[in-house]
Amino acid sequence: MDKNNKYLQEEILRMSGVNPRKCMSCGKCSATCPAYDEMEYHPHQFVSMVKNGDIERLLNSQSLYRCLSCFACIDRCPRSVEPAKLVEAVRLIAIRKQGANHMTADDVPELLDEDIPQQAIVSAFRKYSK
Amino acid sequence: MKVSYFPGCTLKNKAIDLDIYARKSAEVLGVTLEEIEEWQCCGGVFSTARDEIATKLASVRALKAAHEKNYPLVTVCSACHNVIKQTNHAMQNDAEFAQKVNNYMAPEDAYNGETQVYHYLELLRDVIGFDTIKGKVVNPLKGQKIAAYYGCLLLRPSSTMQMDDPENPHIMEDFISAIGAQPVIYALRNECCGGYVTMESPELAKKKSDAILENAKAAGADMIVTACPLCRYNLLKNGTDMPVLYITELLAQALGVKEDTNG
Repeated sequence: MDKNNKYLQEEILRMSGVNPRKCMSCGKCSATCPAYDEMEYHPHQFVSMVKNGDIERLLNSQSLYRCLSCFACIDRCPRSVEPAKLVEAVRLIAIRKQGANHMTADDVPELLDEDIPQQAIVSAFRKYSK
Repeated sequence: MKVSYFPGCTLKNKAIDLDIYARKSAEVLGVTLEEIEEWQCCGGVFSTARDEIATKLASVRALKAAHEKNYPLVTVCSACHNVIKQTNHAMQNDAEFAQKVNNYMAPEDAYNGETQVYHYLELLRDVIGFDTIKGKVVNPLKGQKIAAYYGCLLLRPSSTMQMDDPENPHIMEDFISAIGAQPVIYALRNECCGGYVTMESPELAKKKSDAILENAKAAGADMIVTACPLCRYNLLKNGTDMPVLYITELLAQALGVKEDTNG
């Protein structure tokens, strides 16, 4: 593992409080994930890739922006590994970088229709931009 | 009795019916929802990252305002409730997080998660009581087959939310029974509708919401009831002809403080 990946791995584990070594590779997190079909890397892969220090590929993946924050993998993991906490930590590292917001205010108007609740917009901003 | 009330951004705008009928119904049941002064938006989703501090301060301020009055804090929107309850849990259990928050806000007046946080459904079940509600129903919703849609945020993460069994919940079905209607149980009632990803991927929300609607319909439902404005939006946008109402609309109808409508 190179120095940058090592640093990122430590940062992710610190932010998330997750211990990926507890994972027994049952795959329940990915089986229960409502965004599975839309993800390049699935919840169980986040666990193994963080464990192996393979972080940069995750940082550049659109999978970060498909997690629905539904807490299903957090609640249903039989080993309490809680994969979504890793997704959240990697996503934050990605968008905390200067100029790396996944969504900006200028993007919003064309994503709206007249019924969309404010809740959707604030939630997307919380997840996609800093 | 009085309780502190956090309406949240959407209840002041797109989900006005969720707000006004929460207040009207609570009054009939002897509870006044006293809106917190100058509350700030909860942000819609809770960040599980332990070093996210600033994004949780709005919730702490609301919790602290309730604590100063010695009231419990009640929220109707599933998302606000989730964020506030998870933040309160962090204030109780993550000493480093709580210390940073308190240092920033007012070290001489530390808050450590003392406020009791209720979702409106919990207020109905645990404070008022479904039996009491049953006794106050003037317009029982007889013969209506109603499917409760929990979605994600009321139930999960269950170790923190502690509202109900996360895989086999019954608080909403008990509520539906209390107002005289017939609850319809179906498999996808606690699966995600697509949430905020509906903005970037309406296809994902459509897929998820269609499956939920078809499942509820196949189980015999005439109507879906939810507490979450975003769930309602996703279900209606992708819906067929299934009405999707807020819990508070049905409650107000049963208590005689709302005209009868069916979506």
